Amino acid sequence: MRHLLSTRDLDLDTAIRLLDVAEDMADTQQREVKKLPTLRGKTVVNLFFEDSTRTRISFEAAAKRLSADVINFSAKGSSVSKGESLKDTAQTLQAMGADAVVIRHPASGAPQTLATSGWIDAGILNAGDGTHEHPTQALLDAFTIRKRVHGAGSRGKSLDGLAVTIVGDILHSRVARSNVWLLTTLGATVTLVAPPTLVPVDTRNWPVTIGYDLDDALASGPDVVMMLRIQGERMRDAFFPNSREYSRRWGLDDGRLHRLEPTTIVMHPGPMNRGLEISAAAADSPMSTVREQVTNGVSVRMAALYLLLSGDREN
Amino acid sequence: MSARVVFQQADIARALTRISHEILESNRGADDLVLLGIPTRGVVLADRIAAIISDISGTPMEAGSLDVTMYRDDLAKHPTRTPSPTRIPASGIDGKTVILVDDVLYSGRTIRAALDAIGDIGRPRAVRLAALIDRGHRELPIRPDFVGKNLPSAQTERINVHLSEIDGADLVSIDSAAR
Repeated sequence: MRHLLSTRDLDLDTAIRLLDVAEDMADTQQREVKKLPTLRGKTVVNLFFEDSTRTRISFEAAAKRLSADVINFSAKGSSVSKGESLKDTAQTLQAMGADAVVIRHPASGAPQTLATSGWIDAGILNAGDGTHEHPTQALLDAFTIRKRVHGAGSRGKSLDGLAVTIVGDILHSRVARSNVWLLTTLGATVTLVAPPTLVPVDTRNWPVTIGYDLDDALASGPDVVMMLRIQGERMRDAFFPNSREYSRRWGLDDGRLHRLEPTTIVMHPGPMNRGLEISAAAADSPMSTVREQVTNGVSVRMAALYLLLSGDREN
Repeated sequence: MSARVVFQQADIARALTRISHEILESNRGADDLVLLGIPTRGVVLADRIAAIISDISGTPMEAGSLDVTMYRDDLAKHPTRTPSPTRIPASGIDGKTVILVDDVLYSGRTIRAALDAIGDIGRPRAVRLAALIDRGHRELPIRPDFVGKNLPSAQTERINVHLSEIDGADLVSIDSAAR
């Protein structure tokens, strides 16, 4: 694998391979010594033009567990605030000998630009670009689902026949987009539920069913319910009257939680707005995988870094 | 390229039986023994040796597997390798005698990686090495404790170990250089 830019162009074999390597990485994290010597001497740059807690820390932990050197870069307090362009930043990193760049950027397509521009030779890992994709989040979600469903026998398995319902701010969500492509590739059926104002204008080419009523969607008994964060910071218009109304119609509140089958998997990519899209009881219930998702994130990112950075990069 | 068969099914079976007896003899019984196979074919061999030792000693014995991919020193020289699972028996390896099992012992670099991997899992009392074939050409100061067959070979030759669990038949063959 040269870069990891999106899940849309991941084929089934590559996706399963990534998840299987993540299983091996997860196993090594049970050991007394968690650090592996695999990427000794490689440099991974975390290039973050947008705020992030868990993704950046998770990538940093993953790179360090593989013995890579990590350089953290955030746009705040860097020359970007003096007006440096993406090209100049990339060329600086190239001159410093970065082997992989983990990039988060508010503009959709920024990682693609870095990967194809020729400014930099490093492998590019998309850690979220605008409203486009967030591939490692989708991979860790798929990993978490697979682990809950298949347990220790997860290796080599897909998500055939599972019904996944993704609820909330689809319009602004790169997590939803990455999950739609990846989960469909892995054989799951994806349903999106949102207020009509938070559904993207053109979803004709998406392999999904779209609904507007959460109670209808939950009544069909999905295997997985994934709640998305309402991204207030990206909202320039009024997409719903007020948060109380949103929560009543599209939030996973206690009543809806109790109507779910006890085997349903409740997911949230974080950070959560407790009481808005998900109630505290739902977030903390045994059905919730919120904390597992964070743990698995490190293993999945270790797998991505390993597949990107080991091996003969010319081939 | 011509393949010459040097080891038949019966030879492999005899060699594994002898190795099993040697392991039991040097360990004075089957207590505190942990067999770890190195994927892919070392795991099959470790399982077979464990079965033979269980038969001889009467105490059931389980083999594990130890993947060394993440510890290799040649990762940058080959296409990306996909790691295999590591399974360590539940009792762990601390204070035990670990027998590493591999099919072909060549440069010794795989075993170097395996020793590093073991160090991250625990602290065994001793680590020993069993190999079905020792073909020479060591690049590191590593030697086997139990060998099925010494097979002096040229570096241009290729040694193929086939095991029925994976390849459908038991045999060892040498491909001479393709020139």
